[in-house]
Amino acid sequence: MSDIHLDQNVLASLLDVMGEEYPVLLDTFLIDSEERQRHIHEAMAAADAQALRLAAHSFKGSCSNMGAPMLAGLCKQLEEAARRERLDEAPTLVEQIGREFAIVRILLKSERQRYR
Amino acid sequence: MSGRLSILIAEDSAADRMLLSTIVSRQGHRVLTASNGLEAVALFEQERPQLVLMDALMPVMDGFEASRRIKESAGEQLVPIIFLTSLTENEALVRCLEVGDDFLAKPYNQIILQAKISAMDRLRRLQQVVLQQRDLIAKHNEHLLTEQRVAKAVFDKVAHSGCLSAANIRYLQSPFALFNGDLLLAAFKPSGGMHVLLGDFTGHGLPAAIGAMPLAEVFYGMTAKGFSMAEILREMNAKLKRILPVGVFCCATMLNLSFQRRVVEVWNGGLPDGHLLRVASGERVPLVSRHLPLGVLEPTAFNEAYEVHPLLPGDRIFLLSDGVLETHGASGQLFGEERLLEVFAAGHSPERLFDEIQAALAAFRGEAQDDISMIELSMVEDGLLARPALAFSDSGQSSPLDWSVSFEFRAEALKRFNPLPFLLQLLMEVRGLRAQGGALYTVMAELYSNALEHGVLGLDSRLKSDAQGFARYYRERGQRLQALSEGFVRFSLDVVPEAGGGGCLRIRVEDSGKGFDVARALDRPQDKECLSGRGMRLIRQLTHHCQWSPDGRGAQVEFRWPA
Repeated sequence: MSDIHLDQNVLASLLDVMGEEYPVLLDTFLIDSEERQRHIHEAMAAADAQALRLAAHSFKGSCSNMGAPMLAGLCKQLEEAARRERLDEAPTLVEQIGREFAIVRILLKSERQRYR
Repeated sequence: MSGRLSILIAEDSAADRMLLSTIVSRQGHRVLTASNGLEAVALFEQERPQLVLMDALMPVMDGFEASRRIKESAGEQLVPIIFLTSLTENEALVRCLEVGDDFLAKPYNQIILQAKISAMDRLRRLQQVVLQQRDLIAKHNEHLLTEQRVAKAVFDKVAHSGCLSAANIRYLQSPFALFNGDLLLAAFKPSGGMHVLLGDFTGHGLPAAIGAMPLAEVFYGMTAKGFSMAEILREMNAKLKRILPVGVFCCATMLNLSFQRRVVEVWNGGLPDGHLLRVASGERVPLVSRHLPLGVLEPTAFNEAYEVHPLLPGDRIFLLSDGVLETHGASGQLFGEERLLEVFAAGHSPERLFDEIQAALAAFRGEAQDDISMIELSMVEDGLLARPALAFSDSGQSSPLDWSVSFEFRAEALKRFNPLPFLLQLLMEVRGLRAQGGALYTVMAELYSNALEHGVLGLDSRLKSDAQGFARYYRERGQRLQALSEGFVRFSLDVVPEAGGGGCLRIRVEDSGKGFDVARALDRPQDKECLSGRGMRLIRQLTHHCQWSPDGRGAQVEFRWPA
């Protein structure tokens, strides 16, 4: 059910790859994601389409690696809008990204609890 | 499985960077990380990793620019760059492959990543091998060139260009002609004439060059000692036959140019026709190959028979290597004999011909040629060419000064043996005579040929008044010498010291012939002397004293030298 938010198969293979470092990876992603969203907000505030595109693109890459397909999809839409310089579409998408990230964070935190 | 590599990961997202470093280091590689392009370039220059995983879009400096700098810094070494990208547009992916070597899409698949690292490592090693082999080939080539330079330096000492710089010679030869097997030699004879040899060894490279040394050694050594062209050819053939492997030989044309007697003797074994151009009539006489090349026949089967052609001042002789005729045109056809003859027939003035042939070759080929040899010789008035003094290898300190000796050469000896080099070597032991060595050679040669040809063989020099008579004269000379059963030429040499330290050489030459009317021969008007009869006047000019016995069967000359 929650696989559209967080893909369990991806998490399983990340665990396999990272071993003991798995919780650290999750922490790193969460901290880095705050940073990415801050960049997105700054770019939108400055109406800098290029910076917005870059920030969305970068966040999209991390989300896909961490198995958050819906969040990655929203980032991709934002990246596209920025590429087309449709900054009017940005606020809605950014808000959706914020909400989706809130869900992903909850899911990751609970995942994190299992490897204390 | 590839060995352990040092891999640089440039990725701005911390989570991705961490994930990737873990994957890569778990695969056994050493990992360096950078969070933007500028850091990546700095780290590359500092640590020289063997492979780079590069995020395409990064702050500060993007992956494309960083990759360009890394490739530039890596130079000839292949440092494979795999782009990490979630870009999907074709042109972005194409750009990754233009600057880098491969790309890997996000999300990462560790199996694919491992396979790509292995593939890139193979490529990197391949490039390394190619570079090593290239360097090795370059080193070998340099080594080869060094060897050739050394060989050429040695060769240039032995087979120096002789008197190719003489005023009556023009020639064209690549500085490395030696390694095409081409050889051009020219030397003044002690008597003032000139020997010239154009040779073309089979093959290329050092094997072609190696035979040139003994050939040049014989050519220069024997010419300096006064040996005749026939004797030199015989010796060169025997020597090459002895030392060269089967299948290696030397096509050659040799000329003996005499300015005093105004003739050229020609022997051609296997080279393209030479060309004799008579300036007065415009006639062109081909100098055709009538023999096998040097080094093919056993000494007993070798034939040194040569042709004799009279020359007048201004007449020219051209010799060419087959590189001239085999010059390729732009569409692959050969320059060939016909095109050469067209140049000769085009009515150029004689002194332009050498340039015209070169121009025709250049026009035919469409570029400058450097693998051909060509020489032009002009007949000039005797005494016009500056000649170096005779060179001697010993110090001349042990100079015998009071002796006399007499030799008589009879029919069988006259047929086969040329006594001149032998007698002249003997006389050159006398240090005081060395300064006039050239004159001595000339006078001895004249005295001997007078005694042999007019005396013993009874030939009339008036035969040589025109070109046909000239040919007849030399034909007769050969036949009569072959048939000779009795007769002699006698040399008496007398070296005496003189008061005050100088000395005097008296040479008396007698023959078994009928003799001649000395007074009439000396009175013969000068204008009849174009092809003959120059001998007696020459002898009078070059000696301190000379006289003919009244019966015409003997001559006596004197050379004096100061203290």
